[in-house]
This record gives sequence, C-alpha cells and structure tokens, in this order.
Amino acid sequence: MTVDMSQFYEVFFDEAEELLAEAERLLLAIDVANPDNEDLNAIFRAAHSIKGGAATFGFMDMTEITHVLENLLDRIRKHEMALTVEHVDAFLAAKDVLEMELDGHRHGADVDQAQVAAVKTRLASLTQAEAAADSAPAADTTPAVTPAAPVEASQVSAHVAPAAALPPPADGLTQFNILLPELKEKDIANLQEELGLLGEVAGSKHESGRTLLTLNTDSSESDIVSICSFILDPDDLVITQAMVDAGPAAAVAAENAAGHVAEAGDTETASSVKVHEEAGYGLFAEEGKEAVEEGYGFFAPFTPHADAPQSLKIDDNTAAISQEEIAKAVASPAENVTAGNKNSATTEKNEKRNPARQEAGHASAETTSIRVGVEKVDQLINLVGELVITQAMIEQRINALDPVHHEALINSVGQLTRNTRDLQEAVMSIRMMPMDFVFSRFPRMVRDLAGKLGKKVELVTIGASTELDKGLIERIVDPLTHLVRNSVDHGVEMPDKRKAANKPEAGKLTLSAAHKGGSIVIEVTDDGAGLNRDKLLAKAKSNGLNVSENMSDSDVYQLIFAPGFSTAEVVTDVSGRGVGMDVVKRNIAAMNGSIEIRSAQGYGTTIAISLPLTLAILDGMSVSLGSSVYVIPLNLIVETLQPRAEDMKTVTGEGRMVHVRGEYLPVIALHALFDQETEVADPTQGVLVLIEAEGKKAALFVDALVGQQQVVIKSLETNFKKIQGVSGATIMGDGSVALILDVPALIQMGQTHNYLTGATSFANKAVQTISKEYTQ
Amino acid sequence: MNMVVEEVEGKASQGGSVAGEFLTFVLGSEAYGLEILKVQEIRGYDAVTQIANTPAFIKGVINLRGKIVPIVDLRVKFKMGKVEYNEFTVVIILNLGGRVVGIVVDGVSDVMQLEESQIRAVPDIVASIDTQYITGLASVGEKMFILVDIEKLMNSQEMELMDSVVMH
Repeated sequence: MTVDMSQFYEVFFDEAEELLAEAERLLLAIDVANPDNEDLNAIFRAAHSIKGGAATFGFMDMTEITHVLENLLDRIRKHEMALTVEHVDAFLAAKDVLEMELDGHRHGADVDQAQVAAVKTRLASLTQAEAAADSAPAADTTPAVTPAAPVEASQVSAHVAPAAALPPPADGLTQFNILLPELKEKDIANLQEELGLLGEVAGSKHESGRTLLTLNTDSSESDIVSICSFILDPDDLVITQAMVDAGPAAAVAAENAAGHVAEAGDTETASSVKVHEEAGYGLFAEEGKEAVEEGYGFFAPFTPHADAPQSLKIDDNTAAISQEEIAKAVASPAENVTAGNKNSATTEKNEKRNPARQEAGHASAETTSIRVGVEKVDQLINLVGELVITQAMIEQRINALDPVHHEALINSVGQLTRNTRDLQEAVMSIRMMPMDFVFSRFPRMVRDLAGKLGKKVELVTIGASTELDKGLIERIVDPLTHLVRNSVDHGVEMPDKRKAANKPEAGKLTLSAAHKGGSIVIEVTDDGAGLNRDKLLAKAKSNGLNVSENMSDSDVYQLIFAPGFSTAEVVTDVSGRGVGMDVVKRNIAAMNGSIEIRSAQGYGTTIAISLPLTLAILDGMSVSLGSSVYVIPLNLIVETLQPRAEDMKTVTGEGRMVHVRGEYLPVIALHALFDQETEVADPTQGVLVLIEAEGKKAALFVDALVGQQQVVIKSLETNFKKIQGVSGATIMGDGSVALILDVPALIQMGQTHNYLTGATSFANKAVQTISKEYTQ
Repeated sequence: MNMVVEEVEGKASQGGSVAGEFLTFVLGSEAYGLEILKVQEIRGYDAVTQIANTPAFIKGVINLRGKIVPIVDLRVKFKMGKVEYNEFTVVIILNLGGRVVGIVVDGVSDVMQLEESQIRAVPDIVASIDTQYITGLASVGEKMFILVDIEKLMNSQEMELMDSVVMH
C-alpha cells in the first residue's frame, strides 16, 4: 500500500504551525509558580501531535526535539518535576528551532544547525538535572501507589502482564509493553524479529492468551506502530510506555489502574490529570479525533494501560479512524466489562470532564473553522458583487412598472434587495480577520526584547477581536513590529530610571485596536519617557532639515518619520539606526492610512495608525467629464468649489491658477490631460476639486460632481496595463466601468503638462514657484 | 498549453492529420482564423469606458461579469473594414493564459476543423498584420483563411495591452 505522503505535507505544516503558535501562547501565559494543569496538558499535546506528525512524514529532526520536549513536559504535567523559568525559556527556544525546521521542510529555508544543537543540549541538560533530583521523590511515589494496587488487583492482573521479561532499560531508552491481539505464531515471530531492529525485545504469554512483547528502545511509539502495522491492525494494538525513571513496573501498573479507578484516594492526583487530558482533546479535536474521544469511555476498561495520548498516537498514524471501526472495537471487548463498571467509569469521566470543557471553550472555538483558499473567497466576493449589480438593474426596471399592477413583484424585489445586501455583508466579512493574528506575535517579541535590554515590560492588548481585512492584516505586521520594537527600545526606560521617576519598574506597553467610523485605529502606547521636543529639533537642525522653534508639537513629532532620523544615543541591534520610521510611514500611506503621534515628556508616547477597513473598498467622489465618470478618492480631496472669474489667474497667458484663500494653486484640467471632449471649457462653468497628495496641492478642473459613494476597487492590470493617472477601476451601479484617479500621479502630470498646449512651459514652472511661495 | 498540444495530437492520431479547430472571422474583405481554444465567448459590442492616453484602437474597458476587460478594435488597428458600432458589431472575448481581452471584428463566420494538409506556409507578403503573427494559410474549397497566432499578436508590444516591463 503505497500512499504519496507529500500530498498531506501541507496539512501537517499548517497544523504544526498552529500548534506551535498555540504552545507559545500558552507558555507565555503560564504562571511558573503555579502552572495550570490544563495548560501544561495543552502544551504537552501540542508537542506530542507535532512529534506524531513529524514522525509520520519522516521529519526526524523535528521528531528528535519534540521527543525530548515531550518527555520533559510529560513529567512536569505529572508533577514529577517542578516547572521553572529555565524550562519555559528552553521550551520557547525549542519552539523557535521547531519553527525553523518546519520552515526548512516547507520552504527549503536554511536551518541553523548550531542553534538546533544548542537547544538539544539545553533540553538534555534539563532532563538530566531533573532525573538526578527526581530519584528521591520517585521512590516516594511507589508506596503511595501500592495501596491502590490491591483495590484493583483483579483488573490489573487481568490486563497488565508483569513487565519483567526484560531488565529495566538503560539510560536514554524507553521500555514499551506491547500487547498484541491474537495472532498466528509465525506472525508474532516475524513481529518480534522486526521489533528487534529497534532494540531489545522479549516476548511473554499474557493471561488473556495474547502475546505481550516488551521492548527497550530509543525509538518512539510511532516507530513501533509503523512497524507493527505491516502485520496487524494498529487499532488492535495496545502500547504502554514504562518511563525509565518511573521505578518498577508496579508503578506503571498502578498508574494505569489509576486511569479508571478514581475512587482510590491515593491516586486522586494521577487520575485527575488523566481525565483532564482526555477531556482536553476537544481542544485540538477534528472530526475523527472527536469520535475517538467519545470512544474513550468504553475503551478505558478494556485497555487500562493504554495511556490516552498513546492511543491517540496510534489513531494519528493510521489516519482517520472511522466511526464503524470504533464501534467494532467497542463491541469486541465488551465481554470483559461488567455493565456497572462501564457506567461508573463513564459517569466519573463525564463529571470531571465538564468543568474542563468549559475552560477549554475558548480554544475549541478555533477548531470549528475550515481552511479555504483566498482565491475562492475572492471569487465569492466577486460573484456577490455581480449579483448586487444585477439586482440593482432589476430594481431600476421595477421602478418603471405600475406599482398597483405589480405589487407582488415589487415586494419580492424589495426582499431580494435586502437579502442581497445581507449576503454581501456576510461575504465581505469572510475576508475579515481579528487583529489577534497580529497582536499574538508580540508577547513573545516583547518578552525577548525586554530580556535582551534588561528592561521590564508588561504588554497589554486591547481590542484583539477587532476585525480587519486579511490583506491589511498581512501588511500591518511589519510596521507594527517596528513600532513595538521602538517603544520597548526607546520608549520604556530602564527599571532604575523608572524608579527614580516614581513609576513602577515594569513599563507598560499597550496595543489597542478599535473601529472609529469607517476606519480602524491601531495604537501603540508606552508609559515611557516620551518624545523630547528639544532633542528632536536639535537633531533635525544638525541633519539639515528645515525646522523652526515655533513648529507645533505634532509637526515636530512627525520629524521622526524623516529618512535617516534617529535620536537614540546608542545604536543597538534592536533599533536606533534611523532606518525604519520612514518605511513605516510609507507602508501605512500605501495602505491609504495615516499615522499620528501623541506624546508627553515623562509620561509616554502613543502612535496611532488609522487604516481603512478594507483595501477593496474606497470612499470616493464621482465626477463627470464629458460622457465619462471618474472617481476621486475622498481622503485626498480638500474641498470642492466653483471659482469666480476674478479668482482665475494666468501667467504669460498660458498657465492657469486659482486663488483660494491666499493660496495660488495650479489648475489641472482633466479633459486636457486625458484628451477628452467636453463642453465645459471654462472653470467658472465647471467645478474645481482641490486635491492634495504628498504635500502638494492642485485644483482639478472637471465638469460636475456626481456624488459620493463607496466603490469596490478593481485592478486594471489584471487584464490590461497600468495607465498613467489612473489607479484602478470600479463598476458603477448601472454596470458601467468608471476609472479611479491616481491623485499623486495627476499632480505630477499637471506639473509637466500644460493644460492648453500640452507642452511644458515657462508658465507652468512659474506657477509652481509662485504656489510654493504661497504655501510656505 | 500542454493540454492544447495533447488535444491536437490526440485528434491527429484518430483522424490522421487534424490541425485543430478554428474560429473564423472577417476583417474587411479578408477571412481569418484563430484557435478556438483561445476563445472564451462571443458577445455584442456594449458601451465601453474610454481610457485616456491610449491609442485609438484600444476602445477602452468593459465590465465582463465583474472583471475589467480591455477591448481592442482590430479594424482600427489594421485599418480594415468600415469602423462602425451597431447591434451587429461582434466582440470575441479571448482568454490568453488567464488574461482576458476582447477584440472587435467585422463578423464571426464559423468554427471549422482543419487538417494539416489544408494548411500552407505563409509566403513573403507585405500585410498590415506582420507575418510573424500568421501561422499559415488554410484553403477550404474556394476560400482562403489567414490563421493568426492571436496570443502572440495580443501580447506583442505593438498592441500596447501590456506594461512594457512585462514584455521580455
């Protein structure tokens, strides 16, 4: 049976990426002194799932690290080991390495082997240190567990064979007990031989008449499962792992027994861990796994030593397990179980499960999503856009009908209108993603940065559920990263400085997102030193920038967006090179957004980014010119006016200017620029739209204003090419195409293009000079 | 592209020497043919939105079910036929490797299957369509069709439908 595994790679990559992100989130949130069991289990499961997947696909480098990670986590969550800050740091480093390796497999990116080795050593040293420290408590657990054993003596002995066929494994090896289903002698011999390749193996007869193999190996369960699956159905297989340092086999038996004998007081802790673990599956469960989880209530009595995650592992490897298979599995062992036993086990579980479920509510919401290609969503949006236009056409026709005769039809169309609008809204919301996608990467970054700089920073995020278009989400990441970095590096002061200033030692960095009108405002606020106006001005002067003492604060703050501008005294590897803020500003401008700085010296700085909700929709003013309609982005329009004849000026009889409140602005006649016929040749008969872009102003002369509306931006370049002066196109309500004007380009064109003759003239230059003088 | 080749070859192996199916259209008094697989649809001429500072043969753009599609009038480009727009004016919408472009022609006549033996090489002639865009001449009965490599023609620099940076 040869299956091309590569077709599943993407699924694994996506899943692993999500699991890593989830693990990181949990690690960052964890309270080291008093870790939450549920969180520890969730982290463990993430490591475990990645390990399983990586082993299945043969990414051994990832398997190695997750294996060590998993062992450590397993002991921490069983309280055999206390969680320390070093652990969390090491786990985070391991997460980075795993991510790097994942990228290596996925995109062929470089993997830094030195880093991988460093993390491995770090994890290994933690394991060893704890193993030594743990030997004493390990001895304690044995007597504690023993009393439980007699209670369950019948069951334990019925299902767990003495695992004494092999001596306890050497250091670094794991002992597995593999309970085989009924097989032919020949098959068992074969299997034993195959498993011999992995390590030491010994076989013994189990009381139930089945064969029990004991294996000492450094391989993982998944390896064993993959070998066994050649001969038997892995679902029939029961593998138990005997931890090397967990002491004698009796401990294993007791632990297993504890899995479903919650009444036994001594094992209360162990059992609750186990139940949590099972209940927690809802966190990551997909359909198949959900089915498995439901099966656990029945499985438990039959497979007392099947450690929950291990049986899940088996399912993972055999791909999705079907409902029928579970039913089969449940039916066959039923004879081993008395009805009462079964009920008590299930009820017990359900009781314990419910509270865990509620806690898990937040995380399980994630699994109710489906993965869909962006192009499919875009297609859907396009189709709905079409539908809206078609619907508008029908509505127009309807309006011409006699309302008395066609009342039913008119009512139906009214309903269609509402439904279409709802549909459009719903479809548009598919592309929207919560800001959490961006914010979630900062806790880690801030933590690392603060650690590196010796600062204490507390990160608070507000409004992480605010939704933004996916395209914008992707493009906001870099600028925002830069701003956060800046705030930690330059904004928040060192702890001693903060103390001296009567502030709490830990700086507070707030990231917030909120809807305001038709746009979203994202703010990065720190309670640090604030911007120093004098320092900025002095720096600007020495950089040769044109500044004056009586500039407004906000103008002074805007100086930090000038290229090459940095007031940091020391250039660190974090920031301070003065490269970046100009890029931030450019990126934000490219998204049709704006950026604003508020600051108070000694109290902190807020940088507010304001973005349109989506890249696909533009607030526009439609203007007419001859027989065509053009759309001008509303945010670039200063005002519109109909000039009086005396306000129109000429220079050497050619260039035209308009005098508006003390400013002389060049007039760009769109019909001349676009060589389009129109009857309106005199600006006093038409309309001047004052536009502003990149600090330059001009008056665009068009025939008339048509109206203000939101338009959906369509690219001209998909099927055509870039047209100078046009940034895109849109489809109007009647189905016709209107071009969206590229305002900065128009101003540029206006400067080199005479509106009457088409030649660059002295007059045009004069116009610029004069207007410059007036604007300054 | 491979699919097209395979399909043509597949037919050739059955029928012996089939070159492919062609949509024939008229420009002025001449009959042309283009590969049918490049054609997305045929529609009437609607109002177009003019685009500034483009050559006269680029009539503008239309809204084709949500897509902005440029329309080229081949009659203007090759100075053939009477250029008038009425209910009989035909636009052939082409899909050239994902790019959708419409061309205006005098009329669409037929879809015909041509065999290799019917296709002749192009003699050295001076035509308004550069001979590099003509793949061959096909004779069917008394008629002659000029087979055009429409993709090469539409992607060429002289059609000005693409950014020059895209051209290699």
